[in-house]
This record gives sequence, structure tokens and C-alpha cells, in this order.
Amino acid sequence: MRPLTEEETKVFFQKLAQYIGRNIVHLINRPDDTYCFRLHNNRVYYVSESIMKKATCIGRDQLLSLGVCFGKFTKTGKFRLHITALDYLAQYAKYKIWVKPNGEMPFMYGNHVLKAHLGRITEDTPEHQGAIIYSMNDIPLGFGVTARSTSDCRKLDPTGIVVFHQADIGEYLRGEETLL
Amino acid sequence: MGRRARNKQADPLPLEQTLKRKSSEGSGNKSKKAKKTQNPPKKQPQQPKKEKVQKQKKEEKEEIPIIKKNNKIEDESWDNVETIQDVEDDEFEDIDEYEDLEDNDEYVIKKTSFNFGSDDEEEEEEEELEIEKEARELDEKKKEDERLAEEELKINVAETEKMVLTSGQEIEKDSMVAPDLALIQQRIQDVVKILNNFREMRDPDMSRTDYMEQLKKDLCQYYGYNDYLLSKFLDLFPINEAIEFFEANEVPRPIVIRANTLKTRRRDLAQALINRGVNLEPIGKWSKVGLQIFDSPVPIGATPEYLAGHYMLQAASSFLPVMALAPQENERILDMCSAPGGKTSYISALIKNTGCVFANDANKDRIKAVIANIHRLGIKNAVVCNYDGREFPNVIGGFDRVLLDAPCSGTGVIAKDPSVKVNKSEQDFQMVTQIQKELLLSAIDSVDANSKTGGYIVYSTCSITVEEDEEVVNYALRKRPNVKLVPTGLDFGKEGFTSFRGKTFNPSLKLTRRYYPHTHNMDGFYVSKFKKFSNKIPKLNKDEDEEDNEKVENKVVEEEVGFNDEEDAKIIKAEEEKRLKKKGIKPTNNKKKNNKK
Repeated sequence: MRPLTEEETKVFFQKLAQYIGRNIVHLINRPDDTYCFRLHNNRVYYVSESIMKKATCIGRDQLLSLGVCFGKFTKTGKFRLHITALDYLAQYAKYKIWVKPNGEMPFMYGNHVLKAHLGRITEDTPEHQGAIIYSMNDIPLGFGVTARSTSDCRKLDPTGIVVFHQADIGEYLRGEETLL
Repeated sequence: MGRRARNKQADPLPLEQTLKRKSSEGSGNKSKKAKKTQNPPKKQPQQPKKEKVQKQKKEEKEEIPIIKKNNKIEDESWDNVETIQDVEDDEFEDIDEYEDLEDNDEYVIKKTSFNFGSDDEEEEEEEELEIEKEARELDEKKKEDERLAEEELKINVAETEKMVLTSGQEIEKDSMVAPDLALIQQRIQDVVKILNNFREMRDPDMSRTDYMEQLKKDLCQYYGYNDYLLSKFLDLFPINEAIEFFEANEVPRPIVIRANTLKTRRRDLAQALINRGVNLEPIGKWSKVGLQIFDSPVPIGATPEYLAGHYMLQAASSFLPVMALAPQENERILDMCSAPGGKTSYISALIKNTGCVFANDANKDRIKAVIANIHRLGIKNAVVCNYDGREFPNVIGGFDRVLLDAPCSGTGVIAKDPSVKVNKSEQDFQMVTQIQKELLLSAIDSVDANSKTGGYIVYSTCSITVEEDEEVVNYALRKRPNVKLVPTGLDFGKEGFTSFRGKTFNPSLKLTRRYYPHTHNMDGFYVSKFKKFSNKIPKLNKDEDEEDNEKVENKVVEEEVGFNDEEDAKIIKAEEEKRLKKKGIKPTNNKKKNNKK
């Protein structure tokens, strides 16, 4: 367990900024407690400093998780966000997309969001922008990257893809082994 | 009335005659069947076109003679009283049928009601006469069948009664050849009845142990337990209760979910699930977060609500240790054997993500489930680690509360995992109790007694054997005089044993709680709660511990017995001197002791 290096921080924040923009500040400057990002086994954990200090007692091999896992660095040095970060992403999301009830299950099985399933979308969402997917009753279901801007979506035919799938809560079932 | 009379008539008939009657009946049946095949066209009499109706009438007239013949034949043999009543009933039913049909076919309703209302009524009456007769025949046939079935039953009963009377050896032979479960069940019931009223119902040649042996054998065979486990349960419960327990183990416990208060409220969750067609109900007064699922059209472990972390699938029994632990906000808590994370997440939910929860488990594969669950449920204060629980005070100690849901033989969850019935032997029990004792001691040592809010340890198992429950707790009380038992805070459940088959335990063990599948409809469970009032393990015990550390392999029980009477300082001193003399051989040990002194 160690703090992120400058290079890693840059890559990580770039990715995070795609989804929550400048709201990253709120993650670091919190009124309740000081929180920090820590790297452990190539995974980035977001945890309060007090818990982090207690966790230092635990050996490297035995420590498996602390706080909330945001994602991991791949072998090529890129950062990949995990579904476990959804709570924070949803809290600070810049662009939101709501899917209709009939689109919930297809998305949670790992499919892209189609125009036919699009319920609502944040106005002026640009193309290729990270967005959080919600069900119509505001349960966050996952996140993805928009394939079209809001204005382009209007003209799209019903089978056209609106959001490319990145992660969904179905992964808790499908990928319990590989996720963490 | 009629039936009784008939039985009187029928009973004295020898078998041959009844058989004959059967065969004649059979031929009668054939004619009926033939008629039935013709019936369908006749059963749509409301067809509005008159021509059709007339045609049908003709057909019916042709049929009538056959029916009458049949009636005559059977009227001769049976009295009429009951059948007529039945037929009247059937009339009503038939009228109902018509109404149904009319409802179905609007076209028909219009035509009949407007044009041919009166005609139709007449027709109906006629047809009902038809139907009456048929119905009567059917009724009679049914009764005949019933009568025959009754006779057969009687024959069967006679058989079983005979079997019960046979001697033990013969029964053994039978069981070797082919186990007849119905027969065994009957025998179990009979033996239990005898044992419950032994003086009056016993066979004077048989002793109580004979009956018990027989019962044990039958129970083993009927429920599929191994001998060792079965006699354990029979020691634990009186016979009637034991059988209830065995029966309860054959039925699955209700599915229970726990609403995750970090993300939703129980009422909202219930509403969301009801909207998905799930049939549910709050689990009871004792829990504010439990929901019992009766049936569900969707898999309850894969709904969007589940994946979004709004609830956790969790047995009702596993709420109990966490409720007993009663964690307070901003505390540091250890869950020693946490997989799959149900209790850990409940703790975190109770302290609202404040403080810190250490989730430990010795099995690395099962820990993956813990990590997935705590992330899904939105828990942010957890640290997951993979140690053997026995290492614990050395890794990190000073916790405010520790929950130890110890690994166990699983005798409380046989309904969930029936393999327990056969694959647990005496050795397994010894092994598992040894681990439990060590885990409990290290759990106690990991707690900080000076904690302002805490200093509590909860020990629980999903096993109901005394070896894994009371004996382990009793051992800990003996080994660690700096803890005491306190009420668990659970207002239901049975009190723990203070004595069991010649062993006497600390009287405070009645503060612990036991739960059984047949009385509480949850998994068999045991919960006890300790309060640690001093961080110092009294000195004498410390010496003992050192000794234990020296010879890990043979933890000698005799020495513990010697040290039980700690208050008698003189004796202890003398003993200690003796021991020091003995150990004078080992220089390292002496140094340690000198240092401490």
C-alpha cells in the first residue's frame, strides 16, 4: 500500500475527470475527514486516513481491500474504473442518462444502451463523454461513454447505440471472481 | 347413512364376490365410457339454431334406453337416499355450467334471451334429467371405488400392524432387504407412543433400551443420519422434540433478506419488490430490517435492487449475533470469520459507515464474496484481510467489539446442507471445538477492556451441539477470568445449558441463547456475549499461558483443573514453586519469568 506516484495520479485523475469533471476536488477536500487514494496490488482505493493508518498493521499479502476500490491500473499503465466506484461517481456525476424499465436488464447484462431504451438524458451531453446510467427510479446501474451527443440522439433510429457500456452492477454477479 | 348400510352389506362378502362385482362394474364402466364419448356434442345445448337442438333431442332419445338399463341394475344393489341428494347438487352445478358458457359466448346470450328463452328452459329441464342420471351413475361408481379403496386400506393396516408385532430380528432382516419408508415411519410413531406411555403400553418382554435401540435404528434409516450424530441429538432433545427437529431439518427455512439501511429503507424496498411481484412480509417484531420472502417470480438474488445493494440475502439467524453485538458509532470492530460478509455489512450499516470494521476470514476464496458484497452494499469503512483468526491479537488488537461467528460442524443448518448428516464424525467435532476454543481466546484478547463504549465479545455458532457451544464458552470463562457473560439483549430463544449429561458449567451460561429450527423456524444457532472488564489476564493464568505456549501440542487439561481455585493463594504459591523447580532446567524460561517479576 502506497500513495500514487505523479504519473499514476495524472492517468487516474484524467479518467476520473471524464465522469465527474472538476468534482474530484470534492473527493479530496471533504469536510468530515481527510480522505486519500492508496495503491495496493495495482488497485486504487479511496479511504479515510484514519482507517488507512489502522490498515497499515496488516501485512501486504493479507490485506485484500480497504475502503472503496475505484479501479485498477492495467499492465500497460492505463487506468480502468471498476463498478465498485459507482457510488462516488453517481454522487458527483456530471452527465446522467436514464434508461426505461425495459432497458434495465439488457444494460445489466453488459449491453450498450440503445436509443429505444433511452428514457432521459442530461441536456448538452457531448459525444464520447463519460456518463452515469440510472434506472427511471434513480437507481444507478452503471456507467459508460456516450456514443452521440444529446442533439444527435434525437435523430437516431431506435436501434442506434447511445451509450457504450463500460461497467454495470450486473458485474457483481457475473464477475465476482475477476472484479476484485 | 346409506354408505354405512352398504358397508355392512359389503364387509361380510368374501373376496371372490367383491372381485366379481368389480368385474361386472368394469363392464358397466365400458358402456359409460362409450356414452361419454358421445356426450360432447350434447353438452352444447345452447346452440341457437333450432334444427340443431332438435337433432340433439333425437340423439338423446336414442341414448336414454341404455342409461335406464344401467340405472336399474345399480338401483337394485344400492339404496337410493344419498344418490338422489347428490344428484340434486349436481343439477345446480350444471346450471352453473350453463351460466359460464353463456358468459363466454355473447352471441349465444343475445339469441337465446331474445327469441327462444322459454323453449330453452324446457330443453334445459329435459337435459338435466339426462345429466341427472349420468351424474348418479358417476356418483355410484365413485362410491364403489371408495369402498374398494377402504377395504384395501384395511388390508394394508392389518399388514403394518403385523409388522410392528414381529420380533426385532425379523425387522432387522426386513430393513436389510428393502427399506419401506412408510412402514418405518409407522414403526417410529408406534415406538414413540409406547415410550411416552411406557408403563401401560410396553411389551413386558422388552426393556426401554430395546425400544430405544429400535427407534435409533429406524430414525437413522428414515432421516439418513449417522449413528454418532443421531445419538447426539437424542441426548440434546426429548424424543418428541428430536423428531420435530429432524422433520424441521427436511424442510427449507424461509428466505430472508435484510434491507440495507445505508441505501434504502425497508418500506421502500418492500414496495419496490412487491412491484416486481414478490410476496413478502416483515420478519417479526424483533428485527426492523428483515423481510421474509414467500415466493417470487424473479430470482431474488439477481433483481436490480439486489445488484444496486438495497438488500442482502441473509438467514434470519445471522441477524442475531450482530444484534447481540450492538455496535455503536465510531467504534473499531473486528469480524473474525466474516465470509460471505452478511454480518460484516450489517455491522457497518448499524454504525452508519463510521468508525472502522475489520473483516477477516481464513479462506481466501470466500473473501472475494466479502469484498464484492461490501462494495455492492456501499460500505466504506471496511478493511478486508486474510489471516488465521488465531493470529489476531498479534496482528492488531485493541478493538472495541469483536464478533466471532466461529466455523462449526453446521448441525444447525442441516436443512441448508444435508451432507452434515453423514459426514461428521467424533474426530470432526474434536477438531472443530479445538479451533473454536483457540479462536475465542484470541477474540477475547483482541478486545480493549478500557474502551469507553465497548469491550464486548460475541461468540456464535450455527451449531447446536453442547460441545461447540456451552463447553467452548465455559472453557473461555475458565481460561480468561477477566471476562464475564452478559445478557445478549435478545429477548427470545432458549437459555443455554448450565449442566449437560453430568457436566456442570458456569451458572452464568444461562445468559446465552439457543435457537432451534423447529421452535423458531430459523437455523439452529447459539449466541453468547462476553464483557471484558480488565485487560490484565490474572497473573496465574498468564503463567499458564506461557506454559501452553511452550508445549503447544499437549495442552494438558489437568493443570487447568488445578488452577481453578485461584483464590486460595497459599496452595497456588506452593504449586507455583513446585513448577518453578521443575522448570529450573530450562534457563530461557527462568529468565522470562525473572524479567516479569
